[in-house]
Amino acid sequence: MKHSTRRFATVGALAVSAALVLSACSGPADSGTGSNTGGGDDELTEVKLQLQWLPQGQFAGYFAALDQGYFEEEGLDVEIIPSGGDIVPQDALANGDVDYAIAWVPKVLGSIEAGANVTNIAQIFQRSGTLQVSWADSGIESVADFEGKKIGSWGFGNEWEIFAAMAEEGLDSSTVEIITQDFNMNAFLQGDIDAAQAMTYNEYAQLLETVDPDTGELYTEDDFNVISYEDTVGAMLQDAIWADSEKLENDEDYQDTTVSFLKAVIKGWIFAAENPEDAAEITLAEGSGWGPSHELWMVNETNKLIWPAENGIGFIDQAAFERTVAGALSAVNESGAALITEEPPAGVWTNDYIQQALDALEEEGVDVTGENFEPIEVTLNEGGQ
Amino acid sequence: MTAETLAPAIRRRRGAPARELARWAYGVLGILVLAAAWELYKLLGPSDGVVIGDARILPRTTDLAMPHTWDMIARLFDPVTRSATANPLWLEVALAALVTLGIAAVGWLVGIVVGFALALIMQRWRLAEWGLLPWIILSQTVPLIAFAPVVRSWGSRIEIGAFEWQDWMSVAVIASYLAFFPIAVGALKGLQSPDTIHTELMRTYGVGWWKTLVKLRIPASIPYLLPALRLGAANAVIGAVVAEVSTGMQGGIGRILIQYAGQASGDPSKAWGPIFGSIVLGLAAAGSVAILGAILRNYRRVEINA
Repeated sequence: MKHSTRRFATVGALAVSAALVLSACSGPADSGTGSNTGGGDDELTEVKLQLQWLPQGQFAGYFAALDQGYFEEEGLDVEIIPSGGDIVPQDALANGDVDYAIAWVPKVLGSIEAGANVTNIAQIFQRSGTLQVSWADSGIESVADFEGKKIGSWGFGNEWEIFAAMAEEGLDSSTVEIITQDFNMNAFLQGDIDAAQAMTYNEYAQLLETVDPDTGELYTEDDFNVISYEDTVGAMLQDAIWADSEKLENDEDYQDTTVSFLKAVIKGWIFAAENPEDAAEITLAEGSGWGPSHELWMVNETNKLIWPAENGIGFIDQAAFERTVAGALSAVNESGAALITEEPPAGVWTNDYIQQALDALEEEGVDVTGENFEPIEVTLNEGGQ
Repeated sequence: MTAETLAPAIRRRRGAPARELARWAYGVLGILVLAAAWELYKLLGPSDGVVIGDARILPRTTDLAMPHTWDMIARLFDPVTRSATANPLWLEVALAALVTLGIAAVGWLVGIVVGFALALIMQRWRLAEWGLLPWIILSQTVPLIAFAPVVRSWGSRIEIGAFEWQDWMSVAVIASYLAFFPIAVGALKGLQSPDTIHTELMRTYGVGWWKTLVKLRIPASIPYLLPALRLGAANAVIGAVVAEVSTGMQGGIGRILIQYAGQASGDPSKAWGPIFGSIVLGLAAAGSVAILGAILRNYRRVEINA
């Protein structure tokens, strides 16, 4: 018995020391990770940016800003964190794991209604890049033709444009068969889906780099009917930069960091617009696993969603934001769930910071609207090679 | 359990070289049979697969769904992408598999330490067994997809001096979370396995708990522990692969599984590379436990299936 008392004491001591270690660990988190230097001259401010997917051309501007040293010029030491399947960028931001996050607006609207306290500080993508692709002979030429068809969707918050566009046509999920899509277009190519969801910059290219077994050649744009949600009322705002609302309000260092961060991001995207080949190579070097022609296609198509930007890159168009909210309010998905039930609170977006960044860059003589932007022509090779 | 019944088992383990060779040959034959079955079905099966009602019982036989075995193998030796610096696919897969194997090994070791410690505590105090065992079982019902973001979120707040939490550590923690369970349960069963007559003998010698543990219980637990360790190793590998996908860690095989699956429309054979890689990875993990079993051969009088 004497033995066991001593052992109890040992266990107790271990428990106490473990508790001490753990509480010591949680210490630094309270002070915030974002702005701990207050703009010192030689010390860089650490910033974490959460992407919404793997590194790829969709995020070329951020990687370009890193590679070209634009972040460093602004006194920032930026870590870009890719997401996998289960990391939700706006949740990581709301939890304080990161300082900024890239996410589609409708998805974040859902999180905001669920209590996330985040603010859209820059609408990088001015246009929606979502398509619904069907075979040229399928007779599906508009959203109204969806009725009774097998419609592909990725789910996980990527489906709201489909349902918002359908709601406008008086269709709901009971009038079509919604089929959850995989990471690739095989289900569509094999006929399991009549009209598949595709991003201009990714899945559509996957189709165009696949060999048509009937001809032995790659599929061409003539083989497909393409419905662009940008042309429907279902269009929603996509990649935006989100920040922590509370810190934006109370933390002056964070406000300064935000402007510097946005300046570097803008320069990164200008670099990607002017040097798509280099930007594609930078993302490949960052671990993007696509083939070179697919990566270049991705950067080029992403550029088209950003440029030209009438009011300057990242500026949030109030009308477009309200349209997204209206679409989100009207959309009901296949399980009967609505994305949001009421208007999001005021202050869910702000142009304060992006405007400061745009003004500062314009003063330096930088063209932030991309008036003369011209996309390049990209030839896709088989398998994106 | 008499000497006669044990003898054949031991003899089998120390087989003659010819028999050793035969075992390998059977292994290779098994793979060839599998490949032949694949090609045969692809040749003879309907291109739309076998569909009964709305359910597809057998897959489509198109090149998209089932690439030829030789295409899949040939693809392994082609570069990953056409970019000048690209490695051949097999090398890329092997490097990623090594990363995952390393993380899984860390997770496995942590799982052993935690699992064995829990087993010891539960063996020592009956009350602890009653209190802990239900929680240990409950722990395995938490879905990984709910667990992974939490681990990463907590991990990202840990910063002690120069030590900063790395992404791979989150993955290792999740791997260990899956690995400790069979080890804890197996080790507990093993530690409790000595007959009462043996433990009472120890008591009549006036030997304390520690010495009984070292001299009797731990040796007796080996036959239970080895299958538990093998299960733990398999769980650690699965946990590491899934956690890589979940947390978005770069560099491991979980990441390229997802990445290449996204490219399967234009390059169907490529997606199979990491799948083969994960199979080899699982074999390597199970194989290393077999080596451990060989070292502990003296204690392996009987093998208990977990």
